[in-house]
Amino acid sequence: MASHAHDDHELTTTGPKVLATSTVSPKVRTIAVVRPAAHDVTYLAATKTGLGITLKHFAKNLFGRRRTVEAAQQGRPVPTTAFGRCAERHRDHPVPRGEGGLPGAVPRPPPADAARRRPGALRGVHVLPDGVPGHCITIIPEQSDDNGIEKRPAVFEIDELRCVVCGLCVEACPCDAIRMDSGTHAKPVEERADAVMTKDKLLAVSKDNGKSPTSIATQGGAGANWRDGR
Amino acid sequence: MDWLSNNIYAILDNPALKWLLLVMVMVMPLASLLTWAERRQSAMMQDRLGPNRANIGPIKLKGILHFIADAVKMISKEDFIPGSVHRGLFALAPILAIAPVLIAFAIIPFGPTIYPHSYTDTLDVLGLAADPSAKPFADSIRLQVASFDYGLLFYFAVLSIANYGGVVAGWASYNKWALLGGLRSSSQMMSYEVAMGLSLMGCFLLVGSLEPGFIVGSGVSSQMSASNPLNWLWLWQFPALILFMTAAIAETKRAPFDIPEGEPEIIGYFVEYSGMRWGLFFLAEFIEIVFISSVIATVFFGGWQVPFLDADGFRVGGYVTEINHQWVSTGGWVLKLPHAVVTALQVGAFGLKVILLAWFQLMIRWTLPRFRADQLMNLGWKVLLPCALGWTMLTALFKLCAIYLGWL
Repeated sequence: MASHAHDDHELTTTGPKVLATSTVSPKVRTIAVVRPAAHDVTYLAATKTGLGITLKHFAKNLFGRRRTVEAAQQGRPVPTTAFGRCAERHRDHPVPRGEGGLPGAVPRPPPADAARRRPGALRGVHVLPDGVPGHCITIIPEQSDDNGIEKRPAVFEIDELRCVVCGLCVEACPCDAIRMDSGTHAKPVEERADAVMTKDKLLAVSKDNGKSPTSIATQGGAGANWRDGR
Repeated sequence: MDWLSNNIYAILDNPALKWLLLVMVMVMPLASLLTWAERRQSAMMQDRLGPNRANIGPIKLKGILHFIADAVKMISKEDFIPGSVHRGLFALAPILAIAPVLIAFAIIPFGPTIYPHSYTDTLDVLGLAADPSAKPFADSIRLQVASFDYGLLFYFAVLSIANYGGVVAGWASYNKWALLGGLRSSSQMMSYEVAMGLSLMGCFLLVGSLEPGFIVGSGVSSQMSASNPLNWLWLWQFPALILFMTAAIAETKRAPFDIPEGEPEIIGYFVEYSGMRWGLFFLAEFIEIVFISSVIATVFFGGWQVPFLDADGFRVGGYVTEINHQWVSTGGWVLKLPHAVVTALQVGAFGLKVILLAWFQLMIRWTLPRFRADQLMNLGWKVLLPCALGWTMLTALFKLCAIYLGWL
């Protein structure tokens, strides 16, 4: 029978201190009994200390400014290191992967084939659903008319209830199609279905609560002859 | 109308009217406000904001309106009675919890005796002491509902009925957790009633009366005015103050003694209650806070006395003399004040003392963690009770010496 490793070594007892053991019957022992001290019995000293601490906080908050931020009313800036709500990247604003990626990641220069990568083009790439914890991303690809890309997603959904905000999808996406630097938090929803970010919703998420434009990326790229514009 | 104007002071002096006034004007609003104060104060002690959202239009008043919202919520909730409960006892229990505390307020003197005829003048203290039945003092309104000779014994007697509130609620609910809560509440309240009563014995010995009005009016020593803070019992009976306060907080069944409720393990004796029936238990706790504050203020902190404010004005120096079995402070430098101002200040001082003591109880409630049941019993029977007994004996010894040596 397998034994647990920590069962093997001897336990140190915290029992009473044995002063003497009977020679007749070793079970009969003289022990030193630790009685609680007077200030422990009455709880007065501890009460005084505790009251001092709480009184200090009470006075500080009564006369000083409380540090609570009423975020529901005044809002507060989203830290740059925090992940924001999922969104589709701006096509005209390629961002180095580090910037929207894991917190503290060093921004990398755009890859040499940045133009070919075409930020903003949603492609049906299966590296995302497989690599993401919680399996929050569902991609069902379909044939694309675009000659430049072989397929495009028929369904591209991110379930924000399952999302653990790890940011791995941002790292993994070969086309930088997902960003998490939208600067807005996932909003509370009334129904489960509302928490599922569909393709249209992802394209519609705006940075800064609508101050900057929503994504201009089009589904599957700019069309069959997208290279002609370059 | 003639009859009314002739008897207006007699009507105002009616105990039932005074009790109604006291409960409706002071106790109930204070207890309701305490429900807000508790949440707000605990928030401030924990670096939070606390309730601040309830509003009537733009009026927010720092969240004070939350108690109105609470009342509306509890009254408009469905009055749900579970199918298997004992309906009669189930309905009786909240009343048993709240009624005794309200009745016990009858013994609390919440202000001095008012003499309406000398309202605009300075009260003639010596004249009043010499002949209380003289014409200007014939009409008087005593701001105490009932002054029994057995005073605080009435409080102990009545509050032991409140004990039944929890037990009956637990029993009538036919619920194991409620029954456990009821048992815990009865064991706790019975244990601490003993210590609570004994802790005040020293005070009774020293003052020589059980009547709260007398304790406030006379003070410990006849060498000092009753309005002198050194003459109040907090100084002479400080250990008793701590003992009584501990036992009294245990009587309110609130943290650190909230074992009968014990939210994390059993919900307590009111687990089956909802709506305003539960609200009555809740309110009873807060009324008990107000009541205990009143008792402590009355016995230990001079009740309605303002420091150095005698019946005719602020007094520095002067001496205390006995006329017609009344202690009167005369002489010295006096800032004379009209009787109306004096009484207003004194009633206000009582209110302030009660509020401060209620604040202190909330401080303790939000500072200390909950006791275990065995710790609770140990504290009650092995610490508070012997200490109260020992202190009573010490006080008796002191009183004996004082009488022989003429100190008091």
